[in-house]
Order: sequence, then C-alpha cells, then structure tokens
Amino acid sequence: MTPVAVFIADDETPARNRLRTLLEDIIDTVPTNVVGEARNGLEVLEQLPGSGARVLLLDIAMPGMDGLEVARHLARLPQAPAVIFITAHDRHAVEAFEVHALDFLMKPVRATRLAEALQRAAVAAPTPTATLAGAAAQAGAAPRGHFSLTERNRILLVPVADVLYLRAEQKYVTLRTHEREHLVDESLVALEREFAERFVRIHRNCLVARAAVRGFERSTGEGNEEAHWEVLLEGVPERLPVSRRQWAAVRAEVKSKPARD
Amino acid sequence: MDTVALPDFRNLGVIARVLVAVNALAFAAVLAAGPDLGGSLDRFVRVAVSLEPVLLANVVVLVLLSPLLRRLPYAWGALCVLALVLLCTGLVHAGLGAVQLDGVIPRGRAHVLLLAALMTGGLLGYFHLFARAHSPALAQARLQALQSRIRPHFLFNSLNAVLSLVRSDPRRAERALQDLADLFRTLMSDAGRLARLADEIVLLERYASIEQLRLGERLRITWALDAAPDDAAMPPLVLQPLLENAVYHGVEPATGPADILVEVELRGTRLRVRIENPHWPDHVPHAGNRMALENIRERLTLFFDAEAHIETRIERGRYCTLIEMPYRPVAPEKTA
Repeated sequence: MTPVAVFIADDETPARNRLRTLLEDIIDTVPTNVVGEARNGLEVLEQLPGSGARVLLLDIAMPGMDGLEVARHLARLPQAPAVIFITAHDRHAVEAFEVHALDFLMKPVRATRLAEALQRAAVAAPTPTATLAGAAAQAGAAPRGHFSLTERNRILLVPVADVLYLRAEQKYVTLRTHEREHLVDESLVALEREFAERFVRIHRNCLVARAAVRGFERSTGEGNEEAHWEVLLEGVPERLPVSRRQWAAVRAEVKSKPARD
Repeated sequence: MDTVALPDFRNLGVIARVLVAVNALAFAAVLAAGPDLGGSLDRFVRVAVSLEPVLLANVVVLVLLSPLLRRLPYAWGALCVLALVLLCTGLVHAGLGAVQLDGVIPRGRAHVLLLAALMTGGLLGYFHLFARAHSPALAQARLQALQSRIRPHFLFNSLNAVLSLVRSDPRRAERALQDLADLFRTLMSDAGRLARLADEIVLLERYASIEQLRLGERLRITWALDAAPDDAAMPPLVLQPLLENAVYHGVEPATGPADILVEVELRGTRLRVRIENPHWPDHVPHAGNRMALENIRERLTLFFDAEAHIETRIERGRYCTLIEMPYRPVAPEKTA
C-alpha cells in the first residue's frame, strides 16, 4: 500500500507534534507520510497546493483564516485534498459537520479515530464547495475574508475588503478592485447572503460595497434608455445603474450610510 | 443564612444611599403635607436646615464606630445602631434647640426621635435585603455558575498540549497537569470567600504557564507586579478571566508573537489593575467577553459596592482593561 500524503495544519506546536506522534503510532494500519505543516490558514493555502497532499488534517480555530474558510478555498483546486477537520470544542461546527456528513475529529484526538478517518479520506472524493459553504453557514462562521481564484495549481486570494463591486455576467461573477477585475464562479445570490453586511444589491446583477459608495447621480438616459439613478464609486470611474426596484432600499441605505471602516 | 452583616458605614456607596434616602423621604413628606410645589420647596429648605445637622452627625458617628458595630452579631449590631441614632439625634436636637432656631424645628423631641427610629429601621431593612439579594444564599448559585465558566476550548486544547508532552517531556507534562488541577480547584471552590491578591497572582501564573505550553513564543507576557500588595483582599477569580480574555482575543487571532501586559499596583489606598493585549478590529468578539466583564463587575460591586470600577478602552491599538478597587488588607477575623 502506498503511504497517504498527509498535510497537518494547526496553530499550536504541541497539537501538530501530537498528530505526528499519532500518525507514527498507526503507521502499520494506515501508512502515511507527512508532506507539510502549516501554522495558520494562509500558510496552508500557500504551501499545500505544491505538496502533493492527499489528506489535510485541519484545525478549525486558527489565526489569519479559520479552517472552514481554508477548506472552501482549497476545494477549488483541481486536485483538492480530502479534509479531516479537527476541533477542540465548537458545538456549532460539530453540528454542521454532522449534518453535512463531513469528517471531523475532536481534540484530544484518539489514534483509532484518526486511523478510521484516514482510511475513509484516502478513498473519498473531494467535498464540493457548496457543501462546505453550507456547513460554514450552519456553523455560524463569519463571512470569508477572501475570495479565491485558482490559477493552474495555485490559489490566488482577493481580500473581500478590496472589492468595490460584484457584477454577475453569464456564468461568472466579476470582482472589481481598485487595480483590476477578477472572475469567480460563485452565485451572486449566495454572495449577497454571505456578505449582507458589506454589500448592498443595487441591481438584479450587481452588489456594491457600502463603503465604496461615493454618491448618487441622476442619469437622464440616452436614446430609448429610461432615466435612472447611478452609483458613483471611490477611486474608479465606472457608474453603476440602480434598478428602479432597488432604488428605495438603496436610498434608505444612503441615509443611514455608516462611517467608512 | 446568617452571614448577613450590617452595612459597612465607611463605604461611600452606603453613605450616599443613606443621605439620598433620608433627604428623599423628607422631601416626599413635605410634598405630601404642602398644598403647592413652590411652598413645598421653601418648606423643604427650612426642614433641611434642621435635618442635615442631625443626619450628618449620625453618619459621622456610624462611620467612626462602623468596625466595632460590624463585629457584633447582626441583631445586636442593629439594636446598637438604633440606640446610637436615637442618642445622637436627641443630643443634636437639644443642641439646635439651644441655639434657638425657633420655628425652624417645630416638632417636639419625641416626635423627632420617633421619625429617626422609623428611618433607621427602614434603612437597616433595606440594607439587609440588599445584602441578602447580593450575597451568599441567592447569588451563590449564580456566582458559582458564572465562575465555573472557563472556556471548554481552553480545557481541551490544554489537555491536548499535555498529551503531546507525555512521551517526550514527562516532567513538563506533570507540572502542566498540576497547574491545571490548581486552576480547576479554584474554579470549583466557594465563590463567596475573599481571596488574597498573592494567591490570585499565583493562579494567574499557573494559568499563564499552561497557555505558554500551548502557544509557545506566540505568547509574551510582561508582569509588572512589584508594587502589588500581597495581602490585598479581593473577590476570587477576578484576574484570571481577564488574562484568559486577553489570550483569547489578543494572542490567538495573531499569526505572530503578541504581547500582553499584566500590571497590579497600589496607589495610595487604591489597588489598580491593568491588563493590555493587542486589539484586532477584524476579530469578531464573542459574547463571552462581555459576559466575563459583566460577571466581574457584578462581583466587584458585591464586595466593594460603588468603590470599585472596571472599564475597557482601546489605546494605541491595544485593548486595555482597567480595574480600580479600594485596598483592604485581608483581616484575619474576616472569614465570611
């Protein structure tokens, strides 16, 4: 049997050491070799794609980016690893994992449980992003801090805070930052739900970051176009049309526009 | 039940309540008796001229004799307070009469003494209820519940860290388990007793050493305890939850090393505690943080009434928790 390539992610050194010890203990039942270790979520996203890892042992509570978000970004990789979540105590996450049939271990981890989980993971198909998103929502996780795109076998992160607006175009959603545009394949409806705090819907196909709104202007409309309101943005020249249906809601937002964060 | 004691007449909160209550009652009486508001205000001012000297004299006497009175069993103490109030009121009343403020004190001596007795009884009753509501019997259960609120997250992560050491460094593992045992012993102990600052600090160090094991060089604590009086009395487990909060909100969300400051000092007659940790604006604070602070505020109020306070603020990117309380050396006879 070829050893399973395992990647370990936990912010606490003793916890990583403990997992290594346990993997040694069960090496006769489940042959493994550790191909990498990371101390926080961002490190996992940087280092795992090139490591050839087949299974990721992933702590949920990590600084920088929590385990649930890490898993959602990794799931976009062409060769996504199977993820085994590890948690010390997070009732909500545990419930969410059970509902969505995701594998998880409780700290302190037992060798027998680890062996079982590894055997299942070695033959499992990668978990789809939608399932992970569902679990994250159910666990009451905070919205993601980043959007992600995969470029060949790498993950490119775009901080949500940098995004000015999101516009749906056919199959993709365009993210506009000050510098450039990115395409992500997520649904605008799901994004609206996840980031309700940050973005407001101004049109059937468009969400705008509240903090990026500079003001509104009435467009008289050209040709056979109707007169409508447009959103002016900080730092970029585009003007985004506000649909008549959304105008009342958007205007109410402006009146109570919070201070920029 | 019988841990209820007389109020501490030297406590500013108690003094303030007595002054406000007596004046409010006098004002109410004047209002009820008078036909119109303007006349009532005028009459209240005139009543106050005779009321305040009596009231202040009583307060001064009680403040002076407070330690003696509080040493008596409750019933005797209450009787003594009543007797003192009557004596003092009688004397002051006679004295005022002697300076001939006729017309300002229209009432006879018996009348005044009866009023004083009623008010004293009423106030003692109020303080009795107040103490009962806040201490042992009723609050015990709730305190206990609040106190044993250490984060499960901490317990399981610590056990996990200890397990990682059992084979490689058994001695360190032993020490860590002993620290955990001490911590939990305190958490599960009687919530009503007073603790010594020195013991609270030992507990902090035990807790810190467990966290150090788990977080390694990510956790850097600066201890500024040189000016901390070992014998200061305080409610137990006020400091540990604050340090736990500092680690949870200041160190765990950090990808690099994070600094915590723990400072305890005596300034004059005040004990000041300051705990600082890095502040991460993006880190979503859990409801647990507010709850821990409210819990500590409640316990400080129970022990020190209005003389202690706790506040939090953000200073230069650091989250600071500040506590001030009166410095009271642990008295050997006080084991309530």
